[in-house]
Amino acid sequence: MQDSGFRKNRLGLMGWLSGGRYGVERYAYTLHRLTGLAILVYFLLHVFVSSSRALGEGTWNTVMGYLDSPVFKVGEFLIYLAFAYHALNGIRLVATELGFFLGTPRQPVFPYSNSVKRQRPVLVVVMVVAAVIVILGGVDFLRAFPGE
Amino acid sequence: MRTRESTLWTWHLIAGVLILVLLGIHMFIMHLGDFFGTVEGDALAFSSVMERSRDAAFAVMYVLLLGAALYHGLYGLRTIIFELNIPEGAERVITVLFVLAGVALFLMGAYGTIAVYGARVGV
Repeated sequence: MQDSGFRKNRLGLMGWLSGGRYGVERYAYTLHRLTGLAILVYFLLHVFVSSSRALGEGTWNTVMGYLDSPVFKVGEFLIYLAFAYHALNGIRLVATELGFFLGTPRQPVFPYSNSVKRQRPVLVVVMVVAAVIVILGGVDFLRAFPGE
Repeated sequence: MRTRESTLWTWHLIAGVLILVLLGIHMFIMHLGDFFGTVEGDALAFSSVMERSRDAAFAVMYVLLLGAALYHGLYGLRTIIFELNIPEGAERVITVLFVLAGVALFLMGAYGTIAVYGARVGV
């Protein structure tokens, strides 16, 4: 009888590095997780930083003074980039989770098609939208860069 | 059959959609202000920050965003850790620690937002 029980993740984190037969969607998955982790670290720090406004203007300006450096500005832009990717790819993931863009089941007739290939144009579209958002935000970041 | 994990996963998706909307508004104001004229002057100036913080709509938005982002982020990290085949006991410990950390961070962030909204701090 075929084993239908829980199967362990044999590759662990190494599975993030190679798409194998899963193609570009596996790399999108890896990037989704990496950007998610980066956003989480930033967000936890952001909670502490933004809470400093409750301690008054002096504390707020001191904290902002520490963060007003090129290194933090570049880091902030990288987080913005991560957010744009994570959000747009997340929309695609939610849509496919709910069954959108996957098509209906069909006979395996050559040339073969599958649900992953059928949703691939959506991946391209969301990446283009993410790129536009990154470019718009990038111009805004450059304008706000220290010394500008 | 709907398991506890599938319910938590559904909430993870719902929180993601909520974050998309709320953080989208936040990003729109903070980083695309020059394009759309959503902010006059420096968005990070203390006076601008306090003006937004004392607006009821912003205060509600910040608390909702805080809760949704903490849940989505910590649940996502928990999922990644669980995929590394750790023992079941360790999974339970991590779940408890993440719940405690999430609640503590939510209380801290929400207190900051509510305290400022309540105008307990002078501009």
